[in-house]
Amino acid sequence: MRGADPIRGVERQEARLAWGMVLPAIGTILLVALFPLAWTAWESVHLHDLRMPWLGRPFIGAANYVEALGDPRFWGALGHTAFFAVTSVGLELILGLGLALAMNRAFRGRGLVRAAILVPWAIPTVVAGLLWRFMFAGEGGIVNQTLLDLGLLREPLVWFIEAETAWVPVILADVWKTTPFVALLLLAGLQNIDASLYEAARIDGASAWGQFRHVTLPLLKPAILVALIFRTLDAFRVFDLIYALTGGGPGTSTEPIALYTFNALLQNLRFGYGSALSVIVFAITFSLALIYIRLLGGELTGGKR
Amino acid sequence: MVALILLVVASAFPFYWAIVSSFTPESRLFQAPSLFPAHLVLDHYRTLFNERNFWVPVRNSLIVAGTTTAFCVAIGGLCAYALARLEFRGKSLLLGVILAVGMFPQISVVSPLYLVLRQLRLINTFPGLILPYLTFAMPLTIWLLVGFFRQLPAELEEAAMVDGASRLRAFREVIVPLALPGLATTAILTFVYSWNEFLFALSFTLGPERQTVPVAIALFRGQYQVPWGQILAAAIVATAPVTLLVLAFQRRIVQGLTAGAVKG
Repeated sequence: MRGADPIRGVERQEARLAWGMVLPAIGTILLVALFPLAWTAWESVHLHDLRMPWLGRPFIGAANYVEALGDPRFWGALGHTAFFAVTSVGLELILGLGLALAMNRAFRGRGLVRAAILVPWAIPTVVAGLLWRFMFAGEGGIVNQTLLDLGLLREPLVWFIEAETAWVPVILADVWKTTPFVALLLLAGLQNIDASLYEAARIDGASAWGQFRHVTLPLLKPAILVALIFRTLDAFRVFDLIYALTGGGPGTSTEPIALYTFNALLQNLRFGYGSALSVIVFAITFSLALIYIRLLGGELTGGKR
Repeated sequence: MVALILLVVASAFPFYWAIVSSFTPESRLFQAPSLFPAHLVLDHYRTLFNERNFWVPVRNSLIVAGTTTAFCVAIGGLCAYALARLEFRGKSLLLGVILAVGMFPQISVVSPLYLVLRQLRLINTFPGLILPYLTFAMPLTIWLLVGFFRQLPAELEEAAMVDGASRLRAFREVIVPLALPGLATTAILTFVYSWNEFLFALSFTLGPERQTVPVAIALFRGQYQVPWGQILAAAIVATAPVTLLVLAFQRRIVQGLTAGAVKG
């Protein structure tokens, strides 16, 4: 429009350079992530069974989704995932908040605490799962032995034979591995709170609990929501940990949705059906993210600024 | 204070126990475990490397995670700089898409990736792992680097540009050297995520010759029972490099992790 304007020219030059710089990365993401995602959706409305290649890949509309809705193993897997997400994220938020508050006070040995926190987070999830499986394994394993010694158990427990007890190491392992991460996120939030607010609250005669309720919690809400988003989305796609700890067993009683989808795809080679399950997992995480971002967005615009 | 001591003990104990057990003879692993065992042996590590060829998955993991990291930091670095510092239309949309892709569940792209890789005969190859790894590593790298680039003072490159340097040259000669700590931290985090990845590596490899460390450990089988001694020795080997990296760069890593999240 106003091609002769020198400022517009510089701007346009900058925009051209910017697109040149982002293109390789954006192209890669389009190619390896967005295009496959669209393909999953396409695959999900087709019958595609690699064990029966003679059937071809006919369009079958919503049949895969209808099958999922009537599949008790699917609902079971969904239930296990929700149970895992709510329990582990709940525990992690409570423990993480406590830890963050403790770490927020200046103290000696900060480095040691940070290291203790980071290492469980940094190791492969599969390895974390195996470490915990080992501790709960066997009649003479360390957990059974300790509980017997403390008199909490009369006889050693075979933890992985019942669903109720198999969940214990699963939840514990997840809490062990990710509470530190939650604590770090919340700690960053705590450090952003203006110290003078506590001063003011103290002058107004607020108790420690009052300060926590009326200063810390409201101002920490954005950080709590961020931690909640990250952790819930993570918990919803749980795979490695349960694969290593219980394999989804006993039976399929701890099988999460990602593991069921994986089995449908690569064990049973039912690509159409497995893709429909994938789309459902995607839709659930996506809606969760949207809900949270809605909440968070309101919080950031309405509360903070 | 008590809470923090408990925290350190609780975080460290499973590692301590795994290390101790990895030096305990198989026959005594589940018999009256003692916190300070008297009898330590190197058997499990010997079997691990001599009979199980555990160096093969270690090599595979190094190649796959290393290549993924190098590619992501180079390509993602350019992208992140433009997103952090340049003005152009569609920028916030791009940031949103990158964040969204970084958050979506890996399982939702396993089926098409498997079909494509099979078609291209890339199942059970290094490229067949590196390409899928880009789906999570690229958004992660870009997201972290945008955070780091934003922290650098804008005056520096402006000064360089006033002195007649082009934007690209200012980026190369002023920004990149300044951003080196951030680039290193990002590279470490991307490497750690790629080293730890499990679902894609399990889905797109077929045998021990291309398996990565997590997959190899998860699929360890003994003839009659779970070979716990070897699994734990392997766990220690798999954890050691990541642990050392993270401990060496802990302060920066915490900064990188929390900066992105808090601003996002």
